[in-house]
Amino acid sequence: MSARMESGIAPPAAPPGGRAGKPAPRGLCPSWPQVANSPRDIFGQKKHKGSAAFAFRVGRKVIDPVPDRSYLGARATLTAAVKPVLLLPPPGYFSTMTRLPDALQHWFDTRGWQVHPHQKAMLDRADAACLMLIAPTGGGKTLAGFLPTLSELTEEPRTGLHTLYISPLKALAADIRRNLRVPIEEANLPIRVEDRTGDTPASRKKRQRADPPHILLTTPESLALLTSYEDAPRIFAGLQRVVVDEIHALAESKRGDQLMLALARLQTLCPGLRRVGLSATVEDPQAIARLLAHGDFPCEILQADPGPDPDISMLITDEAPPWAGGGAKYSIPAVLEQVKRHRTTLIFHNTRAQAEIYFHNLWLANEDSLPIGIHHGSLDRGQREKVEAAMVAGHLRAIVCTGSLDLGIDWGDVDLVIQVGAPKNVKRLVQRIGRANHRYNAPSKAILVPANRFEVVECLAALEAVRAHDLDGEPRGPGPRDVLCQHILIAAASGPFEADTLYTEMRGAGPYAGLTRPQFDACLEFCATGGYALRAYDQWKRLMQRPDGLWQLRDPRSAVRIRQNIGTIQDTDTLKVRWRGRGGKPLGEVEESFAASLTKGDTFLIGGQIVRYEGLRELTVEVSRDPGRKPKIATFMGTKFATSTQLSDRILRLFQQDDWPDLPPHTRDWLHLQRRVSRLPEPGRLLVESFPHDGRQQLVVYGFAGRNAQQTLGLLLTKRMEEIGLAPMGFVATDYATLIWGLDAVTDPVPLFDLAALEAGLDGWLAGNAVMKRTFRASATIAGLIERQIGGQRKTGRQATMSSDILYDTLLKYDPDHLLMQITREEAMRGLVDFARIREMSARVGDRIDHLRLTRVTPLAAPLFLEQGRVPVRGSADERLMEEEVTRLLNESGLAQVGPKRP
Amino acid sequence: MNTHPFTFHGAALHALPSGALYWEQTGLLVVSDLHLGKSARLSAVGGAQLPPYETRETLQRLDADLAATGATRVICLGDSFDAPGIDAHLPEDDLLWIARLQAGRDWTWIAGNHDPAPVALTGAHRAEHRDGPLTFRHIATQGTTAEVSGHYHPKARLTVRGRSLTRPCFLLDADRLILPAYGAYTGGLFSDSPVLSALMRPDAQAILTGSRPVAIPMPRRAASRA
Repeated sequence: MSARMESGIAPPAAPPGGRAGKPAPRGLCPSWPQVANSPRDIFGQKKHKGSAAFAFRVGRKVIDPVPDRSYLGARATLTAAVKPVLLLPPPGYFSTMTRLPDALQHWFDTRGWQVHPHQKAMLDRADAACLMLIAPTGGGKTLAGFLPTLSELTEEPRTGLHTLYISPLKALAADIRRNLRVPIEEANLPIRVEDRTGDTPASRKKRQRADPPHILLTTPESLALLTSYEDAPRIFAGLQRVVVDEIHALAESKRGDQLMLALARLQTLCPGLRRVGLSATVEDPQAIARLLAHGDFPCEILQADPGPDPDISMLITDEAPPWAGGGAKYSIPAVLEQVKRHRTTLIFHNTRAQAEIYFHNLWLANEDSLPIGIHHGSLDRGQREKVEAAMVAGHLRAIVCTGSLDLGIDWGDVDLVIQVGAPKNVKRLVQRIGRANHRYNAPSKAILVPANRFEVVECLAALEAVRAHDLDGEPRGPGPRDVLCQHILIAAASGPFEADTLYTEMRGAGPYAGLTRPQFDACLEFCATGGYALRAYDQWKRLMQRPDGLWQLRDPRSAVRIRQNIGTIQDTDTLKVRWRGRGGKPLGEVEESFAASLTKGDTFLIGGQIVRYEGLRELTVEVSRDPGRKPKIATFMGTKFATSTQLSDRILRLFQQDDWPDLPPHTRDWLHLQRRVSRLPEPGRLLVESFPHDGRQQLVVYGFAGRNAQQTLGLLLTKRMEEIGLAPMGFVATDYATLIWGLDAVTDPVPLFDLAALEAGLDGWLAGNAVMKRTFRASATIAGLIERQIGGQRKTGRQATMSSDILYDTLLKYDPDHLLMQITREEAMRGLVDFARIREMSARVGDRIDHLRLTRVTPLAAPLFLEQGRVPVRGSADERLMEEEVTRLLNESGLAQVGPKRP
Repeated sequence: MNTHPFTFHGAALHALPSGALYWEQTGLLVVSDLHLGKSARLSAVGGAQLPPYETRETLQRLDADLAATGATRVICLGDSFDAPGIDAHLPEDDLLWIARLQAGRDWTWIAGNHDPAPVALTGAHRAEHRDGPLTFRHIATQGTTAEVSGHYHPKARLTVRGRSLTRPCFLLDADRLILPAYGAYTGGLFSDSPVLSALMRPDAQAILTGSRPVAIPMPRRAASRA
């Protein structure tokens, strides 16, 4: 098995688990050709015997010899050919059917391929000002995006840039370039394709500006940079189309806002520019369409056939999952068994740290030495590329991974997706499951592995949601103004501008459609003068208004600094990890704060290896090999997602059943016990339990508002309790509940939940809160107050943290209404503080608060006592820690005896 | 105010929570590295437009320390201004505030690397200054003793239960005393950096600033600690 796998080719007749017997129309080939240098290249005669056309047809049966069909995969498009798609065909479809140019058509014909309906629809609507295609992961949508470009450039050869392709990943841009080359070279089309990302050599970038290719593949950041050049109008002259791939992923972050501002810029430069968005299945296509739409032109939506429902189940083991934690170690034997039964398994984790631990444990149990790799965003690029290559080549049986594998590169022959830990978000789960859909017309296969007892319930709710096609998503508010500030500076870097014109242009970007003139002016003022209440001097100004009314950079040299700081991605402050010694191989990165906590001899996991901390050399953590078995765990930042509102509601509804036949007995009994000794939380009501435990009074609030909001609730409630004199001592929050402990019992929780009082309390604690400082730092960096790049040298994170905290404190003291303080507040409220969900909870619950006074810990509350991340309630935590350490040091060193007496 | 009292070459000194040094017997307050006008200088060279409030923040600190100690003499140990000539660009209010603090006090500006030339303000301007047993200069020099200096902006880093806590600190050994930076927008150099580890004797102490100043053995490089 493994020998065959290494060749990367599955046997033509029977892909394991494939549906070889399914009849399908003749001659459809749907998929984009494979990468030329890939071992599974379907055109690479050296590697594949027989012609590609043969490979797709055996008699009338379509067989997939190469189950991996790449991100433009075969399944969805083939089914699309069989079943009518939702919006297709449009009226008059057959009469107005757009023909491909002969060269391209011939290329398709020689392979016995046809263009699929949604790809045809994209051709038919090639003139649309704005068009968005929604197709499931691997649904052949990238080809659909490019066909009109290939067609137009073949019909009317020309020079200059025709199409700009934007992808969220550099690697995706490179991958697409390799893929596009095949038809262009084989059909001899007069088209030049190049990519341009942070990894592109400067010499090529320079040449691209002078002589742009027909198709340029890039990222939002590289595009923003391109628009900042004075020669931007020349670079983009003649641009016809822009294709935004994986727009659903971009739409969730400031990268999407940045992109839409850059597109608005392009639209000014090229008024006839047509926009195309390519999106995976999402809950609210209209919302993304609104982002992509420009000004008054609405965005049309094309929906491809979503394909068959996935085959998805929950892993049930004899051994019950633990009460708390995210390790899911108990599942290792069962997961290994699944890996053995499948060709390639992706094992997704919610955090990098969990992925590392799981990978480590998997290898300890991997007696057959199955080739299993690890892939996450903190690993060194070289390491990641190695794993990616091995995956594509079919050398790996499983990959332990995180969100870094969420987006659409072709990762090879995946036939099973395992999600370890509750998925938290149904939409992301569905997109992840789509990674295993390389066999057309066969459902993707996925298994959910709950990491603890509560997650069993969560996984069941997620399963139901997937079956019900009930996707979730939080609506995104208006475009954040820190990004706007950055784009005003970018505009200034490209040349003098008129405020009115820039305002109109920026309002043309979907996220900023509601931008008011005063909001814009405040941002312009900030960019021009820093926006301080204290009037500074001339040399303070970054922008100045010329006598003719145009705005320009006061010092043209600052354009360089502006360009160096373009982007909205906040990399956490990480330090590189290398093997000790000259030229030691890089392993990846750890957070700076984690590195600071290490002392020589400490061990931690990275890239699945246990390493020993040797010391810090400049900004690199040096490590050596360690044969030990008990690592200290690296705290990777990773994103911690809160369980979505929709999924939380589903869990609450699930609790209302009389019995839970779908749950394994251990979890079912647990819920029954909770119902017997207390009660289960209900939709529309708020369950609050209080009981003594551990010599303290405990209060549990089952708010089901998601981790961030429950955390905020913990802070607000303890503050209220402090005011009322209930002496709270600390709290801990999960996605579904907050546990608070203190000296006195809460007898009446109702006054605690007065929303107005809670919100009033928010201001006070927010001001000095670490959450605000973190948010401020992010926004101040994006808006250009803090520069991460100085002369190409990144400041160390600690330096940046230090100064941004001091800046925040200074502004809070002297200029609390400063634009950046306003932005910080807005961002925190919808981000880490997530006050929206507290409001939502309050609205949902009203005064229906059920308080139960009990004598002991309840079954549902028990896991909370094992949760990590307990927050002590005391402002002087640092002082106390410092005191503790100082006392220890004084005693140890003898200074306490000989030193001067402390007052 | 909590202070950390200690004796250095016969002088009874107090380390103040703010990072100032007070010599009670002579009514002398010593502060180092004020870096007044830093935000103005940065923005003047096209850099970040930092909030222009650090000068008043620093002056407020100094004002409070002068009031609390009743000091009659002040030594600013150099780098009082962030750039030569920047004093001329300070807002009128800030200049008046400095004048008010100087009124009735014996004031000495020591030259630093950021402000090597005399400033246009009143007070004595010196490269270095001797007072009793002590010598005051901006940058510590090898082979001297009883020296009080600044320049390095020393900070101490302690790791407690996985958290890294940082405080600006005084560094003290038998020969020299190095003051922390007093200015609001000033970064620092960790005491475990090679340069400070080399400069200070093995038995050096770090006096942490903060609401209760306290002396601990100076944190050094992990290698030399082992």
